[in-house]
Amino acid sequence: MNEHYTLRVNGVERDVCDSWIGESLLYVLRERLDLPGAKGACEQGECGSCTVFVDGAAVCSCLVLAASAVDAEIATVEGLNPDGTLTDVQEAFVREGAVQCGFCTPGLVMAVHHLLDAEPEPSDLQVKEALSGNICRCTGYGRIFAAVDAVIARRRDAAR
Amino acid sequence: MSRSTIDTVRTDDRSGTSREVLGANALRPDGAAKVKGEFAFSSDMWAQNMLWGGTLRSPHPRARIVSIDVSAAWRIAGVETVVTADDVPGQLTYGLISEDQPVFARGEVRYMGEPIAAVAADHPETCRRALAAIAVEWEVLPALVDPETAIAGGFDPIHPDGNVIRHQRIIRGDTSATGAIVVEGTYELGMQDQAFLGTEAALAVPDHDGGGVEVYIATQWLHEDRKQMAKCLALPEDKVRLVLGGVGGAFGAREDISLQVHTALLALRTGRPVKMQYGREESFFGHVHRHPATIWMRHHATDSGEIVKIEARFVFDGGAYASTSSAVLINGVTHAQGPYRCDNAVVDGWAVRTNNPPCGAMRGFGVVQACFAHEGQMDKIAAAAGLDPVEVRLRNAMRTGDRLITGQVVESVAPVERCIRETAALPMPSPLPDRPDALLMPGGSGLTADRHHIRRGVGWGVSIKNIMYSEGFDDFSTARCVLADGVVTLKFATSEVGQGFVTLAPQIARSVLGVDDVVLDTIDTGVGSAGSTSASRQTWMSGGAVDGACRLVRERLFEHVGRAHGVDPLRLVIEDTDVVDSMGSLRVPVGEASAGLRIDETFEHHHRPTEELDENGQGNCHVAFAFVAHRAVVDVDPELGLVKVVQVATAQDVGRALNPLSVVGQIEGGIAQGLGLAVMEEIIVDNGRVRNPSFTDYLLPTALDAPEVIATLVEEHEPQAPLGAKGVGEPPCISVTPAIVAAIRDAIGRDLARVPVRPQDICF
Amino acid sequence: MPVLIPRSLDVAVEMASSHPDAHILAGGTDLMVEVNFNHRKPETVLALRHVDELRGWTIDAATRTVHIGSAVPFSEMEHGALSEALPALAEAARTVGSPQIRAAGTIGGNLGTCSPAGDSLPVLAAMEATVHLRSTSGERAMPFAEFMTGPKRNARRGDEIITGVSMPIADGWQGYAKVGVRNAMVISVASACLALQSTGPRLALGSVGPVIIRCHDAEALVADRPGAVDAALAAEFGRLAAAASSPIDDHRSTAAYRRHAVSVLAGRLLQRGTARP
Repeated sequence: MNEHYTLRVNGVERDVCDSWIGESLLYVLRERLDLPGAKGACEQGECGSCTVFVDGAAVCSCLVLAASAVDAEIATVEGLNPDGTLTDVQEAFVREGAVQCGFCTPGLVMAVHHLLDAEPEPSDLQVKEALSGNICRCTGYGRIFAAVDAVIARRRDAAR
Repeated sequence: MSRSTIDTVRTDDRSGTSREVLGANALRPDGAAKVKGEFAFSSDMWAQNMLWGGTLRSPHPRARIVSIDVSAAWRIAGVETVVTADDVPGQLTYGLISEDQPVFARGEVRYMGEPIAAVAADHPETCRRALAAIAVEWEVLPALVDPETAIAGGFDPIHPDGNVIRHQRIIRGDTSATGAIVVEGTYELGMQDQAFLGTEAALAVPDHDGGGVEVYIATQWLHEDRKQMAKCLALPEDKVRLVLGGVGGAFGAREDISLQVHTALLALRTGRPVKMQYGREESFFGHVHRHPATIWMRHHATDSGEIVKIEARFVFDGGAYASTSSAVLINGVTHAQGPYRCDNAVVDGWAVRTNNPPCGAMRGFGVVQACFAHEGQMDKIAAAAGLDPVEVRLRNAMRTGDRLITGQVVESVAPVERCIRETAALPMPSPLPDRPDALLMPGGSGLTADRHHIRRGVGWGVSIKNIMYSEGFDDFSTARCVLADGVVTLKFATSEVGQGFVTLAPQIARSVLGVDDVVLDTIDTGVGSAGSTSASRQTWMSGGAVDGACRLVRERLFEHVGRAHGVDPLRLVIEDTDVVDSMGSLRVPVGEASAGLRIDETFEHHHRPTEELDENGQGNCHVAFAFVAHRAVVDVDPELGLVKVVQVATAQDVGRALNPLSVVGQIEGGIAQGLGLAVMEEIIVDNGRVRNPSFTDYLLPTALDAPEVIATLVEEHEPQAPLGAKGVGEPPCISVTPAIVAAIRDAIGRDLARVPVRPQDICF
Repeated sequence: MPVLIPRSLDVAVEMASSHPDAHILAGGTDLMVEVNFNHRKPETVLALRHVDELRGWTIDAATRTVHIGSAVPFSEMEHGALSEALPALAEAARTVGSPQIRAAGTIGGNLGTCSPAGDSLPVLAAMEATVHLRSTSGERAMPFAEFMTGPKRNARRGDEIITGVSMPIADGWQGYAKVGVRNAMVISVASACLALQSTGPRLALGSVGPVIIRCHDAEALVADRPGAVDAALAAEFGRLAAAASSPIDDHRSTAAYRRHAVSVLAGRLLQRGTARP
C-alpha cells in the first residue's frame, strides 16, 4: 500500500497516495478521488458500466491499472458537463425512458457520447455495435436506442 | 394503443394534460441524478473512518468443517475483526419462509459459496489477504445433487429439515378423463441468474452506544430484512434501522438476506462503519437463482384441440436452503394449465433440497417454468389437431369467470383472446435482405453465416401470471401523505429497484390531490412495511397505499374547504389543480386551500384475503392474474445452431397504463430477460460446483441480441385494483421464452425441450 | 518502484532485463481481470503504454510485408489501410470483446497471453506471421507456430519484450469466422481463418486445441484446385479441418460441437473465398 502517483482527471491533477499496486482506475476514481460516477459490475470488461475516456479512447476503467494511467487525459461522466446541466445525451436518456435502475447509465452515456463524437449519423446497426459492450439488464435497450435516435435527430436539426 | 419499436416510439401520453398525473409519461425524478452519475447506489456509500468487509466462502458443495483457525487473519496489519458462527449474537439462521439458512456455516457447509467467516479491514485487498489466511480443515462429504434422488429418499437428510422442501398435488375433476389427442413432453429449464448490474452492497453504521445499527442497503423489502437481521443480531427491531441505498436492479435476487447480517455484525463488533460490496463472482454465490426445473406434462384434448385434462409432474431444485422454494412450487403447479380452460387435472409437484446453489425468487417466480412446459404442449396439441398455434390458443383461451384447476374462479379481467388477437395483428418484420449486414444474422460480426444458411421461424407463447403474494399471506403496504401549503410529501418503504415507483407515486398524488409539487421522503423503515418489490405487486399494493393516504388527506382538505366556504364537502372534487364545487361555482386552487394547513394521513392497503391450498391443491390461493401474449420471429443458422431473435410482438393485459413509457420499459426489459433464458443464460452447475460465475461465461443479451419489440397495451380497467392497473413487471418475461423456442423449432423442424437452447441442441 | 513505465523501447528492454518476473502490461484486458478476480497478485508491473515504438504499424510495399507493433490496439486494425492489407485480421479484431476492449486490448496482449481462444491468433497462424522479441541481448524472431507452445504458454523469455508481429500482405482472398453463443462480445467457442495466398491456401483454427491448429491436410486438398468449390469439396475440406482439431469439453461448449463448428466454418470460408461474384 505504498504507491504514489498523479492522475489527470477531468483536467485536474489528482494525487493518489498510499495505494495498492493492483488497484484499478475504477477503484481509484470511486474510492480515492470521490468520483463514483463510473460503476463496477463485472470487473472484467464485460459490462461497460465503468466506461471512461483515456486519451480520448472509451475504455473499461476496471481494466486500467491506475498506476499505469499517469500522463494520460482521463475523463469521467462527472466531467461531461462541468456547469451541472445535462448534456443532450443525458437529457435524451431521461426523456426517452432509457433509465431504469440506472446502474449502467453513466457508462452508456459515455459510450453514446464517444460514438456520436466520432460518427454523428450512425446507422441503427452502428449504434447497436457501438453499444454492444454496455450491458443493461433493465431496459432491453429499446428506450436506449430511442434516446440515441433522439440525440441524432436533435443534433441534425441544430446543424441546419 | 401504444407501440414501441426501435425506430418509432409511440408511447401515447393518455393524461390529456401536460401535468405528470396518472396516464402521463411522467419522467423519473431520479433520472437526472442517474445520468450524471450522481445517484448514490448502495455501492457508492462512504463514511468517515469506514472499514471494508469481506466474506470467506465454502469451496465445496458439501463438507464437514473439521476446524477453523482465524488467528493468522487477526495478525494481518489493518484487520480489525474476524467473525464466524460463534460470534453471531442471536439466532444462527434466517430465511424468508423457513429459517433454515445459517448466517455462517457451523459444522457443515451445504453449497459451494456458503459463508463461513467474515472480516473487516482497512482496504479490500487487506480483506482478501485476511480471508486467504483463515485456515479451514475440511472433510469433504458426498453431495446430493440430483433432485430425483432427494424425492426418492435415497439420500440421508443433508439438513435437519429434510431433503423435501415441499410436495403439493392438485387433483381436480374427472381424473380418468381423456381425449382423442394425447400429447406429452418432458421440459427442462436451466438455472438462470437475475444478474442485476449493481452487485450486493451495504454500509452499516453502528450507533455510538453500540446498542443499534443503521444500514444503507439495496434490497427489495426493508422491513423483512430488518426482521431477520434483528433476530440474528439479538437486537430489538427498532434498534436496526434500514435505509434504502440506491438499488442497481433486483429481479428477485434481493429478497433474501445476503450480506445484511454480516455487514451489521462487523460494524457492531468494530464500532466503526463497515461497507461490504460483492464482486461479480461473489454475487453469483451470494444470492439465490431461478429454480432449474424438470416438468413432465401430458395433455388430453378433443380432436378439435380443446383441452380435456392435464397431467403434470414438476420438480424444482431448491438447492441447499429453502428460501422461497415452497411458494415457487405453488406458483408452478397452480399455473400448469396456462391461460387456458381446463376442468380436469392431476398435477404433482416437488421442491427439493440438494447441495446445489440455493434457488428462490426471480421475475416470473415458478410460472416461467410452468409456461415453458404448457406452451410446448399447446404447440403439440396444435400439430395433432391440425391447427395453427394461434387457433389452438384461441380455442382454449380462459375468460373471466372460468375456474382454475385449483377451483378458484378467475375474477380478474382476463382478456386472453384479445391479447392473442392483438398480437397476431401486429406487423411481421421484413424478410432478411438478400445481402444482409452480418450484424443482422445469427453469429453477427463472427461472420459465421451467409444469407442462404439462414432459416426463419415464428413461434407463440401466452401466459397467465398471479400478481401479489398467495396462500393467505397478508402482504399489505403502507404510505403516509402530508399536504402542507400546496406541497405533498409522500413517505413509504417501497423499494425502488428501477421499476419506477418513485415516478408513479407522485403521479398518484397529483391526480388525487391536484398538486404539482410532490416531495418523496427517504425510503426507510421509519414508516410501516410496504411489502416486497416483487410479484408485480407494488403498483397495486403501494400504489393503493399512496392512493389511500392521498384520499384520506383529500377528505380532510374538503372538510376544511367546506367549512371555510359553507359547502357540503361531499360536493367538492379536484379538477386539475383546483378544489371545485361540483354543484356550485366555488373554485379554489389547492395551494390556496391548503395554505397554513398540515394534513397528515397514513394508509395501509390490504388486498383481499387468500387461502392455503388443501391436500388436493384446491383453494382460492391467488389474489389476481395478468395475461400476455408473445409472438417471436427468429433467424436460425441450423447447421451451426446459432440464433438471432429478430422481433417480438406482444399484447399485454395491463389493466390501465398509469405511465405508458414505464410500461414499455418493463415490457422491453422483460423480453430481453426471457430471451436470455431462451438462448444463452445459464448457471452451469457440475456436481454442485458453479462453473461460470462471471460475465465472461454467464452471457447476458447485448444491444446486438435484443430484438425489435412491438408492443400493444391491452387496457381493460381491473375493478379489483385500487388504480385499475395490474402489475406489469413479470408478464413480459414469461411467455416470451417459449415463444422464442417455438420459433426455433419452427425454423429447424425439430423438437427442443430444454432452455437455454444451446447450439448443440439445434445442430445435432 | 513496482510499476515501471518506460518511455522508450530501449528503457523497456533494460527494465525487462532487470525485472524478469515483472508482469508485462499492455492494454490490461487480460492481466487486470486476473488481478480483479484475485487470481494474481502483481508485485512488479512493466507497463508499455508509453513506449511509442510499440504503438505503430507499417505496410512495406516493397517487401509486401505488414509489421504491427505489439501495443497497437485491435480498434486500429478494424478499419483503414491495415484492414485492407489484412482483411482477415480486421474481421478477427472486430470480434474481440467489446468496443471498449478493442480500444485497449492489443495484438501483443493476445501473443503474450497465448490463449487458444485469442481472436487474432488464427490469423497469425494462417499468415505464418513472425513474432519479434527483444531483450538486452538483442532481437529474436520466430514463426508464430513456434512461439505458441501451449495453452497460455509461449516462447517468450522473462527478460524479453514482444515488440511486434509481421506477416505478408494478403495477396489473395482471406477470411475469418468465429462462433460464440451471443451476437456480440463473446469468447470464441471455435474460430477459423482461411487465407488463399498465392503461395497456397492456409487454414488455421482457434479454440479447438491447446494451440492454434494449422490444417495441412485440408490445405493440401484444395491446393491445386482453383475456381469455385462445390458443396462436396467444401464438406471434405471441413471434415479434414475437424480431423485436425483436438477440442475439449468445458463450460463454454462441448468437444463434439467445437469439432462440428470448425468443420462448418472451414467449409463456409472455402466457399466464401472461392465464390465468383
